[in-house]
Amino acid sequence: MTTQTVPDLAAGTVHVQGVGKSYGGRTILSDFSLTVRPGEFVALLGASGSGKTTLLRILAGLEAHDTGTVDAPAERTVVFQEPRLVASKRVGPNVILGQRSTRERRAAASAALAEVGLGGREAAWPTTLSGGEAQRVALARALVRDPRLLLLDEPFAALDALTRIRMQALVAELCHEHQPAVLLVTHDVDEAILLADRVAVLQDGKVGVELEVPFDRPRRRGVPGFGDFRRRLLHELGVEEAIGAA
Amino acid sequence: MTAGTTTSRARAEAPPVAAATAAGTVPATAAGAAGARTGATSSGRKRRSPRDVLLRASVPTAILALWFLGSTQGWIDEKQFPAPWQVADAFARLVSTGVLWENLSVSLGRVAVGFAVGGLLGLTLGVVAGLFRLGDQLLDPTLQMLRTIPFLAIAPLLILWFGIDERPKIIIIAAAALFPLYLNTHSGVRNVDRKILEAGTVFGLRGLGLVRHVILPEAVPSVLVGLRVSLSVSLLALIVAEMSNAPRGIGFLMVSAQQYFQMDVLVVCVLIYAVWGLSVDLVVRLLERILLPYKRLGRRP
Repeated sequence: MTTQTVPDLAAGTVHVQGVGKSYGGRTILSDFSLTVRPGEFVALLGASGSGKTTLLRILAGLEAHDTGTVDAPAERTVVFQEPRLVASKRVGPNVILGQRSTRERRAAASAALAEVGLGGREAAWPTTLSGGEAQRVALARALVRDPRLLLLDEPFAALDALTRIRMQALVAELCHEHQPAVLLVTHDVDEAILLADRVAVLQDGKVGVELEVPFDRPRRRGVPGFGDFRRRLLHELGVEEAIGAA
Repeated sequence: MTAGTTTSRARAEAPPVAAATAAGTVPATAAGAAGARTGATSSGRKRRSPRDVLLRASVPTAILALWFLGSTQGWIDEKQFPAPWQVADAFARLVSTGVLWENLSVSLGRVAVGFAVGGLLGLTLGVVAGLFRLGDQLLDPTLQMLRTIPFLAIAPLLILWFGIDERPKIIIIAAAALFPLYLNTHSGVRNVDRKILEAGTVFGLRGLGLVRHVILPEAVPSVLVGLRVSLSVSLLALIVAEMSNAPRGIGFLMVSAQQYFQMDVLVVCVLIYAVWGLSVDLVVRLLERILLPYKRLGRRP
């Protein structure tokens, strides 16, 4: 793995420089560069197949890149699109998967579960959870490790519309509290605007446009300028939204 | 042919396992698939209504009643098929004289040894071939080829090699038990959801930890299916092995009963095999309850 982990030097800053990646002759990322500072929430917007998940997987250490450099803190965790819980473990042990089950860890798991609104559910089996609950367990599993980099791979995409709104609020709140560097990969423009400090749009394998989100928190969809900002991002993605006959 | 019938029987008798494995092999993403969910839910701890129990019991009860009635009325020729009370008498006689236990214990012993050898080997080879690429390359082609040989066909060969003592019998049982466990363990380990494995890696599990905390637990449902088939098939192997020149065993009891036209003893032996098959099922179900507590709860709709 060519991902370098330089905790001291970068002090938790994610620094991706000139990264290229291709699969079977098809270029996914080329000369991709992006920086995420500690405590900063960056959304990477892109159409499906644009390579945004590939970048996240490179940052997660799940995939190697062909060219360029990647500096990311070693303390990194991921919330995937699916909960990816181990069916044969109860919720508590799932949260501390891969860690020693000491009394402190178990207490930390309980605290993390309480944070995501699942206090007291340590003994539940994953199969008995709803989709939203399972995803909240996945969030607890990512947060209990005090990550310096939290990678979110379209974590709300599989949830129903109402659960999604609640989860987005929860993620915003918890990221504000824990202050990790966050990279959210999504194709949902509204979601990017609601959650991120900065939005990077992935075009042709690199960041085409980077925009600071100019709205105060807590954010709502209806605030003045939201529609314009949204249209701007959609335009960058090559989508003009006008539905119905003129 | 033998493997086919036992598999379908195992499935028919055990909807919970079938549903459990279906759900187990479906990746977590697809867990939303309605089919997998409803299948698992119906396998849950739903209580049967009295009417349901009554209806289910009605046909077997009617068959028993017909047997009774046919025997008392003389519709069934006693020489062709004994009456229920004659079977009961024969059973009591076999028990009181100790003949039954003397032979049953020998049969149980043969299966215990044969299954222990073949089952353990199948399980171990399945884990090795499932986990390691080299193991897969070295073992899988050979085992896949060997498994196409109907194990009963090698019985005459084994008898020529080893004579009529215990060895050929145990080898046949071991060979019968090996393949279902190997195949199911291998595919169970192989088909652990990549996405769950990746999650394990991201959260710090490597090597043995990944095997212990993710791969093996996720493969257990598949292994249990293999265990069920293995146990059923080893019973078949036992029957065949004991019918050729066995000095003792349930199969020996059957062969000698056949020679002396003891219809009642023959039926007792058949019933013992039936109870044996049923116990195998109960044992596996018990293991499922212990090893897969989460499968009993059913999925949330």
